Amino acid sequence: MKLELGYIQINDIQFSKECKVENGTLYVDPDAVKAFMYEDDDVKDWVKSFKFDIAKPGENVRITPVKDVIEPRVKVEGPGGVFPGVISKVDTVGSGKTHVLRGMAVVTAGKIVGFQEGIIDMTGPGAAYTPFSKLNNFVVVAEPKEGYENHKHEYEHAVRIAGLRAATFIGELGRAVAPDETAEFETLGIREGLEKYPNLPRVAYVHMLQSQGLLHDTYVYGVDAKRSLTTIINPTETMDGAILSGNCVSACDKNTTYHHQNNPVVAELFAAHGKTLNYVCNIITNENVYLADKQRSSDWTAKLCRLLDLDGAIVSQEGFGNPDTDLIMNTKKIEQQGVKTTIITDEYAGQDGKSQSLADADPLADAVVTGGNANEVIVLPKMDKVIGMLDYVDVIAGGHAGSLREDGSIEAEIQIITGATNEMGFNCMSAR
Amino acid sequence: MESKKHYLIVTNNPLVVECLPKDYALDYEEISYREVLVKVRDLVYSGHRMYTHPLSGSVKPNETPYKSIVVSREPKAMDLSEAEIISNSIQTYDKFVPCSRVFTPQVYKDFQLIDYTLLCGALDVDAVAGLSNRKI
Repeated sequence: MKLELGYIQINDIQFSKECKVENGTLYVDPDAVKAFMYEDDDVKDWVKSFKFDIAKPGENVRITPVKDVIEPRVKVEGPGGVFPGVISKVDTVGSGKTHVLRGMAVVTAGKIVGFQEGIIDMTGPGAAYTPFSKLNNFVVVAEPKEGYENHKHEYEHAVRIAGLRAATFIGELGRAVAPDETAEFETLGIREGLEKYPNLPRVAYVHMLQSQGLLHDTYVYGVDAKRSLTTIINPTETMDGAILSGNCVSACDKNTTYHHQNNPVVAELFAAHGKTLNYVCNIITNENVYLADKQRSSDWTAKLCRLLDLDGAIVSQEGFGNPDTDLIMNTKKIEQQGVKTTIITDEYAGQDGKSQSLADADPLADAVVTGGNANEVIVLPKMDKVIGMLDYVDVIAGGHAGSLREDGSIEAEIQIITGATNEMGFNCMSAR
Repeated sequence: MESKKHYLIVTNNPLVVECLPKDYALDYEEISYREVLVKVRDLVYSGHRMYTHPLSGSVKPNETPYKSIVVSREPKAMDLSEAEIISNSIQTYDKFVPCSRVFTPQVYKDFQLIDYTLLCGALDVDAVAGLSNRKI
């Protein structure tokens, strides 16, 4: 399966009555985006209003509470459309051509529950911890209808769909634009790969998906990942939005939809493909709460690694606590099949960094890449402008009583920042 | 998956009491998150099987006060891996800085909702149906 990505660099976003992409600037009419979002019945039923804003790199702006970050893309050739099974029909994606509006994102924000959502600072010390401070962000702040308190599931769904629809609308503006740069990504069949690269180690990516419940979900072609067995997916399918985030708990280490679209493990494995290794495929597996599900899914992961005759696997997790057990079960069982593993995780090692980092461990999990210590404390200065609302800061992850100081600054753990310790390695803390 | 008649749900979450179908056996007490973990640890040590992960959810243990864990109603034989998971979970709980925050009633309700929803996901129970049946 081969996919060509055409990157259209977006250096600026302007509100405008005319919607177009021209000379690296996105011109967009918020009313047109709003009308497109409200074409969905669930959005109509649960979202009272949308407010729109633009946040650019370096501006004195704080976006909070962030729900999802999405990169606008549009399928210009080949089967299917973006976000299959949710926005487009469920046709298999990952081949043909897709245009990418690079350098920007749609950010959805607004209250769903009274805690637990993230911060994106566009400047200052906090900006260094989130990759999204480097993007031009089209921010959609959603406001629920009255009575939503008893319908959080429905409202979460509506905001998730609204964000994807906004990204679809904007992505479509790139359809007829000539890309600034193109790149091809190809996954070979099993036999083809063996014949072409007989001497290269066979490596797959075991991609663990958050799948515990409300605000902790991931969707694959529209299917709730907790209801799926471990399976194989082509890496390019994820670039067309086959995997979507329904997760907005634990800002620092949740994988947003943008992370899935731009998975850095996929990017690095493609870069090494045919040179130092043979990138075989992605294996997606879940992180359920029921312990027997964990056993079944991790058994299945190890079984697939063996069946594919892998030499090595990169395993990334999502979240804290419960997923640590899945991570270790996967790693241990894959290693027991004779397949070498390297895991990517983050740490909750206490504010002093001295505590045990994970809730589970095993001697076979001896190759670890860390995204950083989520308990590390940071002070975020006041920003001139807040997009969204700040009254949640005292109760979101990593904040504590008095987190939001009288002068508008925030003292909290870095787990408050969207993407700070991302467990795909898509973050800014690095030894590189 | 075991049949529901084998389950005992150890919880401190009043929303679980209110919304979960009545044929599930509950051990509800107004105790702390940590006390729920310790109660489950003792049950696991005395041979009860543990069916759900004690650190379900990404809401950190020093934030949410609510926790529900499914164990077997009857003791069987102690499972070493489950004993390890619950012990590690208590150690993990203890490394978080204690929370002295007092939340608004709505935030407590949201914490209850998340715990209830994660439990329903594990038990394959329709969480939304349970919520719509409650008296508001």
